[in-house]
Order: sequence, then structure tokens, then C-alpha cells
Amino acid sequence: MQTSRSFPLNAWYAAAWDHEVGRSLLARTVCGAPVVLYRRTDGRVTALADACWHRLVPLSMGRLVGDGIQCGYHGIRYDSDGRATHMPAQETLNPSACVRSYPVVERHRYVWLWPGDPAGADPALVPDMHWNDDPEWAGDGKTIHTECDYRLVLDNLMDLTHETFLHGSSIGNAELNEVPFEVTHTDTTVTVTRWMHGIQAPPFWAAQLAERFPDHTGPVDRWQIIRFEAPSTICIDVGVAKAGTGAPEGDRSQGVNGYVLNTITPETDGTSHYFWAFARNYKLLDQRITTRLREGVSGVFFEDETMLNAQQRAIEANPGYDFYNLNIDAGGMWVRRLLERMVDAEAGV
Amino acid sequence: MAGRERARWFDVRVERTEPVTSEVRRIVLDPGGPVAVPPGGHIEVAVQVDGRPQTRCYSLVDDGRDAGRLVVGVRLAPDGRGGSRYMHGLRPGDTLKVCGPRDGFGLLPGRERYLLLAGGIGITPLIGMARVLRDSGADYRIVHAGRSRDAMPFLDGLRADHPGRVECAVSGEGTRLDLAGLVRDAPEGTEVYVCGPMRMVEELRRHWQQAGRPASALRLETFGSSGTHPATEFTVEIPRLGIHATVPRNESMLDALRAAGADMMFDCLRGECGLCEVRVLSTTAPIDHRDVFLSDRQKAAEHTLCTCVSRAVGGHLSIDVP
Repeated sequence: MQTSRSFPLNAWYAAAWDHEVGRSLLARTVCGAPVVLYRRTDGRVTALADACWHRLVPLSMGRLVGDGIQCGYHGIRYDSDGRATHMPAQETLNPSACVRSYPVVERHRYVWLWPGDPAGADPALVPDMHWNDDPEWAGDGKTIHTECDYRLVLDNLMDLTHETFLHGSSIGNAELNEVPFEVTHTDTTVTVTRWMHGIQAPPFWAAQLAERFPDHTGPVDRWQIIRFEAPSTICIDVGVAKAGTGAPEGDRSQGVNGYVLNTITPETDGTSHYFWAFARNYKLLDQRITTRLREGVSGVFFEDETMLNAQQRAIEANPGYDFYNLNIDAGGMWVRRLLERMVDAEAGV
Repeated sequence: MAGRERARWFDVRVERTEPVTSEVRRIVLDPGGPVAVPPGGHIEVAVQVDGRPQTRCYSLVDDGRDAGRLVVGVRLAPDGRGGSRYMHGLRPGDTLKVCGPRDGFGLLPGRERYLLLAGGIGITPLIGMARVLRDSGADYRIVHAGRSRDAMPFLDGLRADHPGRVECAVSGEGTRLDLAGLVRDAPEGTEVYVCGPMRMVEELRRHWQQAGRPASALRLETFGSSGTHPATEFTVEIPRLGIHATVPRNESMLDALRAAGADMMFDCLRGECGLCEVRVLSTTAPIDHRDVFLSDRQKAAEHTLCTCVSRAVGGHLSIDVP
């Protein structure tokens, strides 16, 4: 009956970093829906449809009144559930006067929003990104506003062979394209695992290993364990350890470990909010490392952003053509299959 | 729910129509594809009344017994405007034009407690809401009131689906609905969803207000289809324009005035928006205010009324229009 969406709605999506939402009105589009976000006086977050029930103007152009919001055009006031509490020029409240309120949960430094059927908004379903605020880990991140379909970002993260070519000066190495990888999946997750034994560490990782083991100059065992959690969170367990010290068997004590934390929220069919962070489990209190890592990853991801936006333009410039999928795309193919199943289930197919 | 979703009419096929009580029929419509039904949602239906096309709103009976179908429960209203007679005349295989479903109540999950209160056929939208509340493990109570069991459809199914949560008050059997008591006994944090005759809803609203409960926690929806008096024929005139009209029992004052040549402004057609408000010059009979736009004070003053739903209880009404 309708063309299918590229994203499911019955899921938690990161709408903002926790620090972005305060006692002011933040406008953001999530899964095609304009939303206004703010904190109530008790600090909890409210998300309402960013369109006044009356003439559809953005409520984000209005102002906070206590825990509610007043439209900046004709002054209709809504409470934090989106129900009208004051209407100009009449003594009653129109029973239909309300704007949609969205379930929100604040967790792992993000404000998560559920754009679908609120009955299913179980906080236990928020994707696991605990490394972002776990005392055993330290790190920071940023947001990239992509000019591409969010699934291109997922493809990118599920197949890291691109590092060899796109990020050759930092994290890429030839072995990424030479060693085999393993793909597994469940109904909601896809995992791609790759171990590179006894290789020379690429510049980024050589520098990180030197933070802990300044004297080590020999080969390393490198790992990338990419875990997708539906609909759009990918946490990548990455690191290197001195070669042959038991890291593949579980002893990572002679190495350095990080997590690349990514959650990508569709803004529209062709744009997304890409929230990322890099967390590490060594030298937790060293802010120099935190800042350097954040800026270093930021530089790497700029290379991805440039390619992904260009890819989107190329897709649009070649209508009638589909991707050719290779074996290296297995992870991304499983991700797309799980997403299609979720979208179909919502459409009642 | 910001603004109003633009109307999109589509055809449905009548799959089945069956009696629920002597007054109520359950009408099962096949939309021919997947349609999402919000809890408490309703559809608009294009009906024929005396050969004229009109639209009526019917809440969906979302009791889970007909998956993928749109089910309405329609009570034959002998003193109504004629929509229910048309709906009761439907036969399997007939085609209807409908629009929606839309959600008028805006059920919010996660509240401490819920009270679902229905009068008679008003139980229909609450059935779907109750299912959502049950499935989410909410604390809820259903109170169904009516003058007789014949006027209280779907009660058995409701009791089976919500054991221990359904109470009923049947005035014909001497168990009257105690609205003041319901409000008094509703613990702090209770949210009320009510659907029923205007008189019941208005009385509940007054008790709710007097008890100092938050207005936004009392959720109602209006189709402007009932008042505090049965609909009767009356006459209306606009002296300034020399317009006279007779308003039959099954027609609105707005329609009668437009047919008589008055250029009227209006929009919602269910007594919400206030655009069709006119000034009352004089009236020989009480006014049956069926809108939710005017306040109790404004209704009592009888200076204005909303022509889309409100009526005079017989007699003659003289008005002026913008």
C-alpha cells in the first residue's frame, strides 16, 4: 500500500548527546519526525512533536513555561505530555488539542527516543553502549551530520577492509584484506570477527601501544570484533597486543583495547545523525590521550564522511542501478536483512 | 497528532454484520490491506441519510477477535440523525468509503493508574485501550454504565478479557453510576478516559474540576452526536438576512441554514473548534448545547451556540451570523 521505509520505527534511536539537551528548546528530526527536546525542572527529558497542533509552526520557536512549552505564535500551552493546558481566546480546552509525546530514556550519555508505537518502548531495549559511561573506560566523541542514507554508514562500519585504502595513513594495513573473517548473527545482532596475527601495527595502534608499553617494537596481534545491534548501533571491540601473548585466547593484559561506539539515527531517508565515541581501558585519567584519540578518530571519520556523502550522490546519479555485493559485504548484508525484516513486520507484511 | 492528518478516503468491504444486543450491531469491515489501529481510534464513514451523503465517526472495536479488520459497534439511535439506520442496513459485500483510523484520545502509557469509563455504546473505543493497558501490565479499572444490559454491548467479552477489572452500573437494575464517588475513589495520579453520552461526560467533568484534579488527566473525545435532550425538530431564523429554516430531527442546524442560503463558516463539525459559533437573539425553547467549545458559564448565558451540533429543544430560535 505504501513504499517501505528504510528504517524501523519501533526501536530506540539516539536523538542527542545528554549535554545537548537542557532548559532550552532543541529542534531535531528523528526518523523523519521533527521533534523538540528539553529538560523539565526535575532534569528529566521531554520530547514532543515539533509542530503546534494549531497551525503547525515549530514549537521549538516557542518558550519553556515550567515543565511545559508555549507556542511562540498564538500562545497555546502544552504540558510535558503534549496536552494543551491553555488555549487563547476561549474558556475551554479543545479535547483534541495535543501534540505527540515520544518516549525517551537517558542512557550511556545519549538521549534515546522511540519514534514508533509507544506501547513497545521498553527501556531494556536501549542498545548497549555502556563503555560510554562505565568507570572502567574513558573516552569521548562527536556527532557527524551525514548527507547520506544511514545504511551506508552501517555498511561502512560492518566492513573494515576499507581501512586499508581509505585510512591507510592511520589504522589501515594490508593484512585487513588478507586474513579471513567470521560472520555470525542472531535475530537482532550481527558480529564480524577478524584477527590479524603477528603483524606490524599501523601508526595509530603503534602509538596507542606505546602509551602502555613504550619499549615494545615487535609485531602485534590485532583484533576487530564488530557487533551490530538492531536497528543502528555498532560497537567495535578493537585493539592490539604484543604478538603471541595470548590475546586471541582471552589474555589481553599485554595490549591496549578500545571500543569504537557508533549509533546512527536516520534523520530523513537521505541524511542521518551519526553519534560516535572512542573509549579505552588504559590510562583512564589522562585527558591528553582522551583528546588526542577523539581528534584522531574525528580525522579518520572525516575520510569516511567524505566518501559516504559522495557515495550517496553517486547512487542518485545512477538511477536504476543496484549495488554489486561481494563476500566482504556479508556483515552489511546481514544488517540490511535484519532491518528489512523489522520494517516488514511493522508494515504487517 | 500535531494538527490534523489530512483525510484520505478509501474503500472497505463489509465482511460481516451481526447483532451484539437488540440495539447494537457489530460490523466487520475488510480494508483489503494492513491498517494500523491506534488504541481508542475511530474511522469516519461516508453514510447516506435520506439520500444525502453525510459523514459519521465510529470508534473501532479493537478486541483482537478480527485481526486485520476494522470493526465498529453501532447502536441504532431511533432519535438520532440517521447514520446508525444506514449502518444497520449494511449487508455483507457492500462497499463503504472510510477515512482514518484516527486517534482522538491519545492514550499515554506508563501512568500510575487508569480509569476507563463508558456509558452504553461508549465502551467501543475503550476496548482497544484496555487491551493495550493489560498487555503493558498497567493498573486499570473499567466501569461500564447503561440503562439496561441491551444498551451495554461487549460486556461479556470485556469481562472475559479483563477478569476482575470490570464493574458495571445498570440503572434499570437499580445500580446507579456514582460519578462523584468514582472521582473521590480515584487515587492521585489516575488518568481517566471517558466515552459516553454528553450528560455523563459533562457531569464527570464537573466532579473532576470540583475535586481540583488536573484537566489534562481527563481524556475525552466528542463526535457531537449526543446532547442532554433527544433531537427534535425546531425552526431557526436569521432576521438580518431574512432566512428561515426548519431543522428536522436528523439534520444539523448548520446544514439546514446552509441549505436555506446562509453563508456559514465552520470546520470541525463536532462541536470542538468554535468556528460555527453564532449569536443567539432569542429562543422560545431551551438550547441543547452539544459542543465542548463553550464553557458552562457561556452555555448557561445562552448568548451564543455552535450550529454544527447544538440544537433548540423544539420551538423557535432567532440568531445572527458573522
